[in-house]
Amino acid sequence: MAEERHIFSVFVENRFGVLARVSGLFSGRGYNIDSLNVGETDDPQISHMTIVTHGDAQIIEQIYKHLNKLIDVIKVTDLTTENHVERELVLIKVHAEPQKRGEILQIVEIFRGRTVDVNPTTLTIEVTGDEGKLRAAVDMLRPYGIRDLVRTGKIATMRGGVR
Amino acid sequence: MATTSGANILIESLKRADVEYIFGVNGGAAMPIFDALYDAEGISLIPMRHEQGAAHAADGYARATGKVGVTLATSGPGATNLVTGIATAFMDSIPMVAITGQVYTHLIGNDAFQESDVIGVTRPVCKHSYLIKSSDEVAEVVASAMHIASTGRPGPVVIDFAKDAQIHESLFHYPEQVNIRSYKPKVDGHPRQIAKAVELIHSAERPMLYAGGGVVLSNASDELRELAIKTGIPVTVTLMGLGAFPETHPLSMQMPGMHGSCCANYAFTDSDLIIAIGARFDDRVTGNLDKFAPNAKKIHIDIDASCISKNVPVDVPIVGDAKRVLAEMNKLVHHVEIEPWMRQIDEWKEKYPFEYQQKGDKVMPQYVIEQIYDIFPDATVVADVGQHQMWAAQHFMYTEPRQFINSGGLGTMGFSLPAAIGAQFGCPDKTVININGDGSYIMTIQELIPAITYKLPLKIFIINNMYLGMVRQWQELFHNKRYAAVDYHDNPDFALLAQAFGATGLRVERVEDVRPALEKAKGVDDGPVVIDFIVDEEENVFPMVPAGAGLGDVIRGLA
Ligand SMILES: Cc1ncc(C[n+]2csc(CCOP(=O)(O)OP(=O)(O)O)c2C)c(N)n1
Ligand SMILES: [Mg+2]
Repeated sequence: MAEERHIFSVFVENRFGVLARVSGLFSGRGYNIDSLNVGETDDPQISHMTIVTHGDAQIIEQIYKHLNKLIDVIKVTDLTTENHVERELVLIKVHAEPQKRGEILQIVEIFRGRTVDVNPTTLTIEVTGDEGKLRAAVDMLRPYGIRDLVRTGKIATMRGGVR
Repeated sequence: MATTSGANILIESLKRADVEYIFGVNGGAAMPIFDALYDAEGISLIPMRHEQGAAHAADGYARATGKVGVTLATSGPGATNLVTGIATAFMDSIPMVAITGQVYTHLIGNDAFQESDVIGVTRPVCKHSYLIKSSDEVAEVVASAMHIASTGRPGPVVIDFAKDAQIHESLFHYPEQVNIRSYKPKVDGHPRQIAKAVELIHSAERPMLYAGGGVVLSNASDELRELAIKTGIPVTVTLMGLGAFPETHPLSMQMPGMHGSCCANYAFTDSDLIIAIGARFDDRVTGNLDKFAPNAKKIHIDIDASCISKNVPVDVPIVGDAKRVLAEMNKLVHHVEIEPWMRQIDEWKEKYPFEYQQKGDKVMPQYVIEQIYDIFPDATVVADVGQHQMWAAQHFMYTEPRQFINSGGLGTMGFSLPAAIGAQFGCPDKTVININGDGSYIMTIQELIPAITYKLPLKIFIINNMYLGMVRQWQELFHNKRYAAVDYHDNPDFALLAQAFGATGLRVERVEDVRPALEKAKGVDDGPVVIDFIVDEEENVFPMVPAGAGLGDVIRGLA
C-alpha cells in the first residue's frame, strides 16, 4: 500500500504524562512521527498537538483510532482530509560577512522573513510558512553557510468555523 | 466535616465502589494504606506471597465475577513485580485497579530508595494511570479509575500513590457520578450497520458466528445464544470466550485456531460470512492471514474501534457493546436456510472430534481432563499455560461464561494458582479447579500458602509431564527433537511438597488411580488439595495448525 503523509490535530487534557502516552502509541507500534508540536490552547486545561506522520492507509487508520482511544484525548481530526491551514516557523542562523549582508537581507525580504538577531558574523532569520516555502528559503540561504537551524514542526488548524 | 488521611479516603472510596477484597503485599511506601485496612470493615486485605500472585488473584477475581479486581503493592520492587500481572490483565481486557505506593512527592525523581517510575513502566500495559500527589485528589481518582477499568473495553488502571498524600488529611467526598469529557465509550451500534449485517446474515449460505472474550466481558452470552438459536447459525467460541456458548449444544463447533477443532478451522476456510463478536482475529486463531477465510464477508462487532480491520479487512464494522448490539440484531433476525452447510459442519464434527490414542498403561493427560469433566462438570476451571491449557480447553465441555479462566493473550505461566485463589474468593460457592502444568505451577507455587491460610477448597491438579511440554512439542516438531532447557525431570515430588506446605497432597501414577483420587479431592472442603498426575511425558497437542500455515492445513495428528 502507498505511504501517505497525514497531519493530525489532537486536543488533549493539559495533564502530566499525556505527551508520553501519545508518543508511546507511536513508538510501541513502530510508527514514525515526522513532527509533533504541543501548546496550550485558549483554555489552559486543554492543549493542542499537531502530529505529522506517514504510513499506509491501514496504519493511518490505526493511528487515528488509537489516538481516539487514549483516555486524555478529547478530539482527533485528520486534517489531511479537511480544508486546513498549516504553518511552520524556522529560525536560521546564517553566516553573514558584511559584504554579503545586503544579498541575504534581500532573500529574507522575498520570503517575508525577519531578522531577529545580528552579530558581526551572523544573522538570525525567522521565516514562517508552509513546507515548500521554508525549504526554498533554506535552500537560498545555504550557500552563505548555515550555522544553526531550528524548526517548530508544523502547526495546523481547520479552515472556517469550529465544528 | 472532619478530615481524614489520604489512605483512609482510598479505602472509603474503594468501599463506595463495592470493592470487597484487595490482594496485596505490604512494604514501606504503602504502609499507611495497609494500616488503614488493618481494622477497616466491609473490605478485606488478602495478603499474597508475591506481588505477581496478588495481581493475578485480583485478575482471577475479576474474571470470575465480572467485578473490578483490586491489587496493592509497595513502590519500587513491589510495583515492578506487579507488572506481569497488569500486562496479563491488559491483554485480556480484564477490569482491574492496581494501586502502588510511591515515595514522598519531594523525593520523586531523585532515585530515592525503592523508587521506580511506575507510570512510565506500566504505560504500555495498562488502560490508563494516575499519580496521586495530594490527598485532595484521592476520591476523584479512585472513582475515575474504577469507571475506566470497568467500562468500554475494560482493562487495568494503575494508581501510583505518593506516601505523603497517603498521610495528609483532606475532606472525604466521593463523587456520585464520574464524567470524563475525553472518555465516552460508544455502546450502541449504528442502526444502519446493524441492518446491513442482518441483511448479510439472511442472504448467506455458509455463515458462522465467531465469538470471543468480549462476549464474556459484556455479559452477552444470553444474547449470543439467542442469535445462534434463532438463526440456526453454527458457533465457534475462542479460548477467551469458552462457555459463552455451550459446547454441548448441537450448533457448537468448539474452539477455533492453532489447537482448535478441525470443524471450526475448516468452517472458517469455507465460510461465506463470518460474524465476529468481541473477538480480535488473533494470529493464534487465524493462522496465516493470506489463507484465512478467503471466501467470507466479515461482520465485526467490537467495543474497541481499533480492533476492527486491524488484522483482517471487515465489510460491516459495528462499534458498540456486544450485549446491546446483539439485542438489537436479535429483534431483526429470522431462521436461515443453510441445510447443506449444516450437513457439512456435522460431518466434520463427526469425523474429527478432539481425540487421542491411549499409549500402553500410561496416564494420558487428556484422560485426566475427561475424568475431571466427568466428576466436576459445573466447576470453574482455571488453567495455566502450555499443553495442559489446550487439553483443558479441548476435553472439558464448557457451558457457562466465566467457567473457563486462563491467560489467553499474554500466555503468562504462573497465572493460574493465584487466579484460582481470586476466583474462589469471588465465588465462594463454586468448585474452583486449577489445572496446572509442572513448569507453570512452580512459577507461583508460593501462593499455595494463602490458599491454605484461608482454607480455600481449591482443587489443584498438576498435569505433570516432567517437561515444559508445549515448548518440547515445538522442539520435537520444528527443532529436530533438540530438547534445550525443557527437561523438568528434576521436579520435586509435588504431593510431598504440598504436604510440607500444609495442604493435602496426592500422587497419581496409574490409570486406575485417577478417578479415586479425583473423588477423594471432591470430598476435601477445608483447604486445597494438590494432585500430582504423572502423565505420559511426550504426548502432543493435536490438532495443530503450524505457525505460518493456513487453517485449512491443520495437522490432525502424527501418523
Ligand atoms: C512466564 C512465561 N515464560 C515462558 C513461557 C513460554 N512457555 C509457553 S508454554 C511453556 C511450557 C509450560 O510448561 P508446563 O507448565 O509444564 O505445561 P505443559 O506444556 O508441560 O503442559 C513455556 C515455557 C510462557 N508462556 N510464560
Ligand atoms: Mg509440563
